[in-house]
Amino acid sequence: MMTSFLFRAMDTRAGIFLAIMAAVIILVPAGNLLAPEGSAFHVPNYAVTLMGKYLTYALLALAVDLVWGYCGILSLGHAAFFALGGYAMGMYLMRQIGTRGVYGDPNLPDFMVFLNWQELPWYWYGFDMFWFAALMVLLVPGFLAFVFGWFAFRSRVTGVYLSIITQALTYALLLAFFRNDMGFGGNNGLTDFKDILGFDIQADTTRAGLFAASGVALVLCFIVCRALTRSKLGKVLVAVRDAESRTRFLGYRVEHYKLFVWTLSAMMAGIAGALYVPQVGIINPGEFAPANSIEVVIWVAVGGRGTLVGAVLGAVLVNFAKTWFTGALPDIWLFALGGLFVFVTLFLPKGIVGTVSQGWTALRQRKVSAAYEEGSDEPPSAPPHSPGAPANVTHSKRAPGAAEPQPAE
Amino acid sequence: MSLLKSFFLLIGLMICTLSGPSFAQSDPEALRPLINGLAEGKYAETEKQIGALVATGDPAVAPALEALGEGDLYARKSDGAVFIAKKAGKGYALTDPLTLEPAGEAGRREVSKIKVNNKLRRVLRSALGSLTLMAADPQVRMTAAEAIFKARDPEGIEALDAALAAETDDGVRKVMEEARAAAVLNSDLDDARKLEAIETLSVMGNRDALSLLIGVQSSAGGAVRDAATQAVTKIQKSIAAWDAAQNIWYGLSLGSVLLLAAIGLAITFGVMGVINMAHGEMVMIGAYVTFVVQELIRTSAPGLFDYSLLIALPLAFLTSGLIGVAIERGVIRWLYGRPLETLLATWGISLILQQAVRSIFGPTNREVGNPDWMSGAFELGQMTITYNRMWIIVFAMLVFAGLMLVLKKTPFGLYTRAVTQNRRMAASMGIRTPWVDAMTFGLGSGIAGIAGVALSQIDNVSPNLGQGYIIDSFMVVVFGGVGNLWGTLVGAMTLGIVNKFLEPYAGAVLGKIFVLVIIILFIQKRPRGLFALKGRAVEA
Repeated sequence: MMTSFLFRAMDTRAGIFLAIMAAVIILVPAGNLLAPEGSAFHVPNYAVTLMGKYLTYALLALAVDLVWGYCGILSLGHAAFFALGGYAMGMYLMRQIGTRGVYGDPNLPDFMVFLNWQELPWYWYGFDMFWFAALMVLLVPGFLAFVFGWFAFRSRVTGVYLSIITQALTYALLLAFFRNDMGFGGNNGLTDFKDILGFDIQADTTRAGLFAASGVALVLCFIVCRALTRSKLGKVLVAVRDAESRTRFLGYRVEHYKLFVWTLSAMMAGIAGALYVPQVGIINPGEFAPANSIEVVIWVAVGGRGTLVGAVLGAVLVNFAKTWFTGALPDIWLFALGGLFVFVTLFLPKGIVGTVSQGWTALRQRKVSAAYEEGSDEPPSAPPHSPGAPANVTHSKRAPGAAEPQPAE
Repeated sequence: MSLLKSFFLLIGLMICTLSGPSFAQSDPEALRPLINGLAEGKYAETEKQIGALVATGDPAVAPALEALGEGDLYARKSDGAVFIAKKAGKGYALTDPLTLEPAGEAGRREVSKIKVNNKLRRVLRSALGSLTLMAADPQVRMTAAEAIFKARDPEGIEALDAALAAETDDGVRKVMEEARAAAVLNSDLDDARKLEAIETLSVMGNRDALSLLIGVQSSAGGAVRDAATQAVTKIQKSIAAWDAAQNIWYGLSLGSVLLLAAIGLAITFGVMGVINMAHGEMVMIGAYVTFVVQELIRTSAPGLFDYSLLIALPLAFLTSGLIGVAIERGVIRWLYGRPLETLLATWGISLILQQAVRSIFGPTNREVGNPDWMSGAFELGQMTITYNRMWIIVFAMLVFAGLMLVLKKTPFGLYTRAVTQNRRMAASMGIRTPWVDAMTFGLGSGIAGIAGVALSQIDNVSPNLGQGYIIDSFMVVVFGGVGNLWGTLVGAMTLGIVNKFLEPYAGAVLGKIFVLVIIILFIQKRPRGLFALKGRAVEA
């Protein structure tokens, strides 16, 4: 059963994606560690960290795409789950500093000594153990999402209202984490990490390892999302997205489906945050800023919502552009980003992947029709990508994503 | 010799006290011997002389005493005459202490400084206080009485008694009585006078009186303590009531700021159903228009500065409104019926506008001045009310009323409501719906612009100004109920007041977090807000 679950996740596009990812996961660390400096194949250290960061962003975008693209929940607060996962990891890394901090306190992180705290707050207990921190990376965002979703979905808060209260959620967390007495380092957040699982966090090998871990996490989450969206459950999700009331009238417990996928997505965002923090070396409340969450949404929109691959592609492309712009033309970046928002919503509603695969299928369609007119006896298949087509049954035969109708909202 | 002189002076003092203070200017030469007496003998004699001078009740001696306190009073060695002396070149420039006219110069060795110690300085301070109690200017008398109230100096009681007997101004009299009460409580007078003083203070009823009485409560005994306890309870009650009133005032003030920020959004989001994330930037543009107007006025017509806000209002409305119309025509009209896409596109626009303003005006805060009629404050009972907050409340109400009028009483408002309720029906009745859309969006944006003029008075004018308001504005609109301006009003005021009442207990930030959480929970309960639209309009 498990194999069939995974098997469903595969098709040409997923295959291409996984092949590329495998190549990246192997080649980048290898290029960094094995190729000698100066050789054409050498990948500089900063590039490894940068690409590792992109991969965690891609994972976050994947999480947003799962809820937005397939279930129609536009979350403007996913950065909150990302940052919570990051804080959980940051707390573990803080505890690993031990006596090497500025104040040399074996128990308390520097900022607590600085604030004259006498002992560790209870919610910091256990974070000196990796397995506990790793569990919290999943559980904290998951729990918050579960509680939030439980209330929101049960009382049928949908559409724009839901978006706005997710934004309020992340804004409230932003304000809360800015406070010094929360015990998370206030304004400065958590930083100055020394090592992770005993490895020096600055070392090349650790960085390459973190990069590979980010890649593997992205691949695993991609496979899960892929399998999920192509299962029967995925079909119900798309049904919820396109006609929530109708799905409910057909007897599905809509809020349970939503809650499940929402919580799962939050956990994925938490993993992304946890991998992000050791690579950039800091986590602070700025990560909760509502603007960040909205930026994630635009990554997904650029790549193509409801395509999974598109989310990854969009995250990498936009962030690459951001890195390049803020280096070369810092004043232009916000214009470019703002323009991207407008351009994509107006002219590219399906995103890059959606538009390309639509064009691809249209092209193939025309070829088949042409062949038919020339006398071939194979009839052209029904146009599977007409926008009004219902979630189909002959799913595995077609390029997915392109065929999926866009949400009504 | 000096002892004999002091004796006479003492008699003079008693006569003066008996005859009461006189505000009339006396002959300066009569005071001259008293002034010259300051230079004789040691500190103790000087102190007596000060007492004698005060007893004359003549404000003319004040400059000499002030100079003494500052160490500027010198005696001429040759004849013992006393002068106010300032260093000038190698010697001193002398001034007559009574007439304040220049009296030539003296070499460094020809004069000697009249020394003062800390005790004398204290005596001088209260002496000056009592002297100024007799001044002709009521403002000066008031300040002197307030100074005594703060010092609670029992020495001032007699001077206050004398001053009260001659006082004609009721306001000053009240302050003097309070000052006397404070001094009496600090003295060792009998209980009857203390009880009277407690009575006076309990009528006064502010924090100063309270802290005084609490002091009495812990130090005194018997009837005085009981009276003080009663008075303390009474004052605490009244202060709590005033605190609540002050909180409500702050809440209304915050609420009116929220209302100003949200009311434009209530039109674009509430009435048209368009999520305009660039709304905050419209507010910011309004604030920058104010800045530009003030800059122009400063350079070309400084006399108009007090009218700068009035000039900025229509300009801000037009600027933001035009930008709003351009956004609607250029972007939003292609996205009707796709609220989530609208949200993203307008967010993009907000980034562009922010960066545009940052490129033009720079990333730092810009200085927007308050006109005279908006600065300062006045006291209402125990509350302090600043003019700028008061005007913003008034302004918010005016904007609200104006908007209601436009929507309910003008043909344009009628069209807007018709299009909101049933677009296709309105269109078939001949209403140009695209035109109405553009104008309504322009109206909402324009209102945001004039909100920016008001907010420029209380907030930093920077490219990030709008970002700070956008989430709050959405909260207000969603809380109040979409599509309902009254809901926005009630929502804004409720959130403002709740916020201010939470602040003392939870701190500003935590209070705000609580409010956000409350709203999140509230939306679960009533997903359509406080005043939800009913019927078909809901699903439209």
